Parts: sequence; C-alpha cells; structure tokens
Amino acid sequence: MKQVFSSVPLMLIALGAGFFAPLAVAADEPHTFTLSIKDHRFDPAQLDVPAGKKLKLLVKNLDPTPEEFESHDLKREKVIPGKGQATISIGPLKPGTYKFVGEYHEATAKGQIVAK
Amino acid sequence: MLATAIIVFREVLEAALVVSIVLAATRGVVRRGLWVAGGVLGGLLGATAVAVFAEAIAAAVSGAGQEIFNAAVLFVAVIMLGWHNVWMSRHGRELACNLKSVGEAVRGGTRPMQVLAAVVGVAIMREGSELVLFLYGVAASGPAGAGGMLPGALSGVGAGVAVGAALYLGLLRIPSSRLFTVTGWMILLLAAGMASQGAAFLVQADILPTLGEGMWDTTALLSEEGVVGRVLHTLVGYTARPYGIQVLFYLVALGSIVTLMKIVNRAGRATTSADAAPGSRTA
Repeated sequence: MKQVFSSVPLMLIALGAGFFAPLAVAADEPHTFTLSIKDHRFDPAQLDVPAGKKLKLLVKNLDPTPEEFESHDLKREKVIPGKGQATISIGPLKPGTYKFVGEYHEATAKGQIVAK
Repeated sequence: MLATAIIVFREVLEAALVVSIVLAATRGVVRRGLWVAGGVLGGLLGATAVAVFAEAIAAAVSGAGQEIFNAAVLFVAVIMLGWHNVWMSRHGRELACNLKSVGEAVRGGTRPMQVLAAVVGVAIMREGSELVLFLYGVAASGPAGAGGMLPGALSGVGAGVAVGAALYLGLLRIPSSRLFTVTGWMILLLAAGMASQGAAFLVQADILPTLGEGMWDTTALLSEEGVVGRVLHTLVGYTARPYGIQVLFYLVALGSIVTLMKIVNRAGRATTSADAAPGSRTA
C-alpha cells in the first residue's frame, strides 16, 4: 500500500514538470533551421548550428514518397510525408557532430548536424 | 533487396516479439488463436489507416501529432499489459493448476483475452504504419522498385517472424506451473519499456523535459541499432542513452504495476481463504 502512495508524488512531479517546462522556454523562441529532402538526399548534408540552444529543424520533403528522419545521436525519429514537411525540436546540444539518416533510403539520405 | 529486407525486419521484429509473449502468456486459453489473429488483423487495418492519414496526424497539435499519437498508443498498451498482470495476480494460481488438468482448460477462457488482443493490435498498428509508408514509397518509385521490393519485404517479414517464433518456442519449454510467472515478468518489463519509449516521444514533442540528457551511455557496449540491442529494447526496454525522464517512467510503470498486483493478490487471498499452492504470482 505504502508503495502506491510513494509513487504518486513522483508521477505528479513528472506531470507538473512536463506541463510547465514548455512555458519556461516559450519566452526564448528557438531558431529554425531548414533541411530539404530531394531525390532521397538531404540538402544541406551538413547543418552548422549553435551549441547550447534549443532549435527547431524544419524538414521539407520535396520527394513524392515518404521518408523517416532518424537520428540515434539526437534520439529523434519522425516520418515526413511525401511532398510534406515536419518540425523537429532538438537541443540544447553539446558541441559535436550528430548524424542523421532518412531511414527509408539510408544508402543516399545521410547527413549530419554540427553543433559549435 | 537487402536494404528493404533490413527495414522490414526492424519494423516487424518488435511486433513479432509482442505477439510471441502474448501467445505464451495465453497458453491454454480457448480460442486464443482467434483473439490474437483478430488483433493482428485489426493492427494491420489500423496501420494502413495510420499510414493513409499520416499527413493529417503529423500536422495535428501544431506539428507534434505524430509523437503524441505514438506516445498515446504506447501508454494504452502499458495500461492493458498492467491490467493483464493485475488480473493474473488474482487468478493465475488457479490457472496454473488448471492447465495440468485438460478438462478444466476451458476456465482459462475467462482470461482478459480482449486486452491482450488489443495489445497485439496496437503494437502492429504502430510499427506497421511505418512499414506501409516505406513499402508505398518503394512501390511508388516505379515498377522496378515494386518488383524488387517483394522478395526483400517477404524475407524481412520471415526473419522477424522467425525471431518471434524462436522466443515463443523457447517460452513453451518452461513447465506450465512456472510459465505464467515467467510471462508475467516479461509482460511487466515489456510494459515498463513501452512507458519509457512513450516518454521519449513526449520529450521529442517538447511536452516533457528530459530530466538529464543521457543518464548513461552504453552505445559502445551494446548498440540499440544491432539485432540484440533491438530485441532487448523491446523485451526489457533497453536504451543505450536514456533520458532521465525515461528512467523515471520505467520505474513508475514497474512500481505501479507490481504494487497493484500485490494489493490485488493480497485481497484475493483474504477472500478465498488459505491457499497453500506454491509458485507465488506476485512477480
């Protein structure tokens, strides 16, 4: 019985933190970087971004077929519909190189984000 | 062809593992095959629907629809898996005994089969929708793509199902008196892993804070991209570089389910009077 009640505050903290965190960052609107997919390739293949800041990545898929943006380094995966676009929030990043791929065309769709 | 097979394998693997755990956990239940088949069919229909509406889902909730949808599906599965375990903590002991006497196996039919069929359905829907989108993309790239796709897709599905079947056959080697204890643990860890995965989607949607970027990093030791890493990711929620919030969700899911199981088990014991059967179902 005790264990049930001791896990309740944990859940409340998690929920509370979840709802208030976005408000805290709303004041400083993150910068958006655009990435295009054309012929199953990313353009640009390398994106330089500032380290230590929250960013938004706008991925535009110019191909008629869907693609899945996937990055283990960034812990992100998102399906981008054909002729569609999607926004992915990332960061704050430590300085370094973060690889990403288009999972459906991994042979050609490769790129990296370099945070400085 | 190999690239297609690998992608299909990845997407099929998680669903196949879930199905095999559910099949093992429902051993002895009458018409469980029908229930599971219904779950698979419903999941495939759901996957197609999700793929068709992918654009609308992605655009929903100011662009975070896909993440919220994935998280919601995972949390629903967590609740249903938890429900199954709590139910089993009440009735599991009788079932383990009943399995030994064939005639009484019918009683197993009272198990919450709908819940597990739904788990199968949502697991297939989530993984399957990405698969449908991928295969649509290949097919749309022209007749050459479509023709080359079929053998790749089939071998990918075959490999995924083979891993699931291996797990199922392995589980069947466990004596029936212990089987439900083992599947209870597996379902518990499966649920906790899904809770952690759901939390990661909500971080991606910017709804939850990370509470720490990488609690640990075992990528060098066991990458999540390899087959073993992927299997463990599904089975026990292994994550090479988890967020703090993922660890928190994992522990909260684990703790809540175990606690509820203990409470229900104790209540059950109090009402059905003394029952000296060994092999506690509290796990």
